[in-house]
Amino acid sequence: MSADPPTTAYLDHAATTPMLAEAIEAMSRQLARPGNASSLHATGRSARRVVEESREIVAQALGARPSEVVFTSGGTEADNLAVKGLFWSRRAADPRRVRVLASAVEHHAVLDCVEWLAEHQGAQPVWLDVDEFGRVGPETVQAAIDDDPGSVALITVMWANNEVGVVQPIAEITRIAHEHGIPVHSDAVQAVGALAVDFGRSGLDALSITGHKIGGPLGVGALLAARNLALTPVLHGGGQEREIRSGTLDTPAIAGFAAAVSHAVAAQAELALELADLRDDLVARVRAAVPDAILNGDPDPDGRLPGNAHFSFPGCEGDALLMLLDARGVECSTGSACTAGVARPSHVLLAMGASDDLARATLRFSLGHTSTKADVDALLSVLPAAVERARRAGLVSASSKR
Amino acid sequence: MKVLAAMSGGVDSAVAAARAVDAGHDVTGVHLALSKNPQSYRSGARGCCTIEDARDARRAADVIGIPFYVWDLAERFDEDVVQDFIAEYAAGRTPNPCLRCNEKVKFAAVLDKGLALGFDAVCTGHYARLLDGAGGRELHRAVDPGKDQSYVLGVLDAGQLRHAMFPLGDTPKSQVRREAASRGLAVAEKPDSHDICFISDGDTAGFLRRRLDPGGAESGAAAGAGPGGGLPSTGGDIVDREGNRLGSHDGVYGFTIGQRRGLRIGTPAPDGRPRYVLDVSPVARTVTVGSAEDLDVRGLSARRPRWCGAPPVGAVECAVQVRAHGEPLPAVVRLLDDENLDVELHAPARGVAPGQAVVVYDGTRVVGSATIDSTRR
Repeated sequence: MSADPPTTAYLDHAATTPMLAEAIEAMSRQLARPGNASSLHATGRSARRVVEESREIVAQALGARPSEVVFTSGGTEADNLAVKGLFWSRRAADPRRVRVLASAVEHHAVLDCVEWLAEHQGAQPVWLDVDEFGRVGPETVQAAIDDDPGSVALITVMWANNEVGVVQPIAEITRIAHEHGIPVHSDAVQAVGALAVDFGRSGLDALSITGHKIGGPLGVGALLAARNLALTPVLHGGGQEREIRSGTLDTPAIAGFAAAVSHAVAAQAELALELADLRDDLVARVRAAVPDAILNGDPDPDGRLPGNAHFSFPGCEGDALLMLLDARGVECSTGSACTAGVARPSHVLLAMGASDDLARATLRFSLGHTSTKADVDALLSVLPAAVERARRAGLVSASSKR
Repeated sequence: MKVLAAMSGGVDSAVAAARAVDAGHDVTGVHLALSKNPQSYRSGARGCCTIEDARDARRAADVIGIPFYVWDLAERFDEDVVQDFIAEYAAGRTPNPCLRCNEKVKFAAVLDKGLALGFDAVCTGHYARLLDGAGGRELHRAVDPGKDQSYVLGVLDAGQLRHAMFPLGDTPKSQVRREAASRGLAVAEKPDSHDICFISDGDTAGFLRRRLDPGGAESGAAAGAGPGGGLPSTGGDIVDREGNRLGSHDGVYGFTIGQRRGLRIGTPAPDGRPRYVLDVSPVARTVTVGSAEDLDVRGLSARRPRWCGAPPVGAVECAVQVRAHGEPLPAVVRLLDDENLDVELHAPARGVAPGQAVVVYDGTRVVGSATIDSTRR
C-alpha cells in the first residue's frame, strides 16, 4: 500500500507504544488457532482455557481476583462501562443518586460519558477542581460529597493524567468515598506499567486499563470491577463477561494483552527509574535550550508519570511546533489526539488555570520502553530552531489579528 | 521550494498539490478548518467545511504521499469573512466572501504563518495562471474560460502573488478530473462546490434573516406583535422608482440587485414586463424595483483598490468584470486617489451591485480590483 515511515525519534508513547515481543508472540500463536471461547466442544474449551489463563495473569499482575477482570475492547469501553454502568445501577437502587463527581481533567472517554449522562439521563455532573498541577485535592472530594452524600452515584478520578502526567491521590479519595459507601472508578490507562498499580490495595471499586499503552495490542483492555459491584451493561448480547459485557471474546488479543500486562508490571519498577532519569534529562535540556519554556504539571518528579514531560512554549502554537518537529523526524503530541485533527486548547491546561494562549502552546513528550538517549538528543538537536520559527509564526498570527 | 498546499478535500486542490510534488517541490498539505462547528457530512455538494471534507483531503495527501495537517482558522474566518459578509448585507451591499477569504485568510493568515514557518509558497487549486512578465509576477485568466477564477484572486497584491502557486491554470477542468482518476485520487468524481461554504443549506436569505432579523418571520414570532419578537422585523415595502408602493417583503436581506424571482408582487407592471430589483435600502427597509432597462449601469465608483502590480496612471482603456462568472466589459478606469477608482463603461451593463468587486483586466492579465461603492445609471 504505502512506504513505511522513515526512522524517527518517537516521543509519543502516551498515545500508543510499540508492541512487546512477548505480546506479539503470545497473540500470533493464538491467531493461528481456531475456537470460540464460549463453545462447548474441545476447540472451544481450548480457547476458553487461553482466555481464563490470561484473566488469571492480568488479575495476578494487578492485585485483582480473576473474577474481577472484565475484558473489553480497550480503555474507552472500560470507562463507558464503569461510568454509565455504575450510574445506572446506583440510580436504579436509589433514584436520589444522580450526582457524578469527576475530576475536571479526565480523559474524554470519561468526560464525554459524564456529559452524555447529564444531557440524556438526568445526571448532575460535579466537576472537581484541580490545583495548578492538575491534581484533585481530597478535601475537594470531601466537600463535594458533603454537599449531599446521599445523592452521589459515583466518583471517577483518573489514576494519572494523560496530558500533564499528574498522579492523583486515589487511595485518599477512595477512603473518603467509602465512608459514605460511594463507589469510585479510576481510569488507570496511563498508570499501568509506569506506576505500581494494585487494584486490591487501592480500594477502588473499578479501574480501566488498555493493552496498547503497555506494549500489548490495540483494541483490547479490561475493566477491573469489584465482585460485589453492580454494573448495568452498555453492550447487550451473549453476556460473555459476567453478564455485564457481551461480544465474542477476542482470544488472540486477550492473550497478547495478558502477556503485555504481565511483562509491563514485572518491568515497571526498573523501567520507571530509567524513564524518570531520561525524562529528567529531557526536561533539564529543554529548559536550558528554551529558557522560558514552562513545565506543566507537578514539578516534583515523583508526582508525575516517569515518562511524561509536558511544556508550554510561550508565543508558539503547539500544532506549528509539532509540524516543524515532525518534518525533522521527531514525533510528539500537542496533548491528546482529537477527532477532526483540529487543535483546541486543552481542557486539562485550562482547568489548571493556564491562559488560552498557553493552553494552545503545548507539547507533550512521552517516553516508553523503546526510548533511548538518542531520542532525546534528536529532539534537542531540532527543538531550539523549531521554537524560534514557531515563535515568529506566532508573532505574525498575533499581529495580523485586528 | 517548500510549498504549503491548501487542500479543501476537493478534486482541484488535490491535483494542484500532486502537480506541485511532480514539479519537484517539497510539499506539505494543510486542510483549513474554517467552521466553528464542523458538520460530519456534506448536505448535497456544497461547502468545504465538514469533517468528511477533512478526511477526503487527508486521503488525497496519503495518495500523493505528502505530510498532512489540519489548521484551525475558524476564528479568523469568522471574524474576517463571515462577520464581514453579514455586515455588508446589513448595509445593503452584496459581498463576495470568496474574494475576502482569499485576501484575508488563504493568502494572508495562512501565507504569513506558512512563510514564518519556513515555507516559500501557498499552492491552491484555483483556476488562474501566474506568468513572469516584465513588471514581475502577473496574474492571468485560466485557459478554461468556464472555470476561470482570476476574478476571486483579483484582490491579491504583488507580494501575495509572489508566494502563490496555481498549478491548474493551464488545464481544462475535465482534464483535471481525468488526471485525478489516473492518479488514484478518490475525489476525482466529487462534485464541485457551489454557493457559499459557510451556508451549508444554500439558503443565504434565511442565513441572513436568522442573524440580522431576529424579529422576522423566521424566528417563529407572530408577525408584528408576537411575544417572542423583541426586535422589529426588517420587513417593509416594495416600491417603484417613483416611490409608489407595489407590495411588501419579509426582510430586505437576501434581495440582490438584478434579482427577478421571489418578489411576489400581486399586480403586474403596467407594461406587463418583468420587474427586477434595482436597489435595496436596509435603513428605509425598502426594495426598489423597475424594468430591465432601469438596471442599466453606465459607470461606477469603487473603493479600496488593490493592485497586482503597478497601479494605472490616468484614464486607462481596459476591461472590467463586475461579478463572478461575469463577462468582461470594455471600460475606462481612472484612479482618483489612493482610495477611489472610477469606472466608465462603454456599454451599459446590468446586475452591478455595490459590495461586489470590480476586477480590472488588460487582456487576460489582472491589473487589480476594487469594491463597488455606487453605480451610475
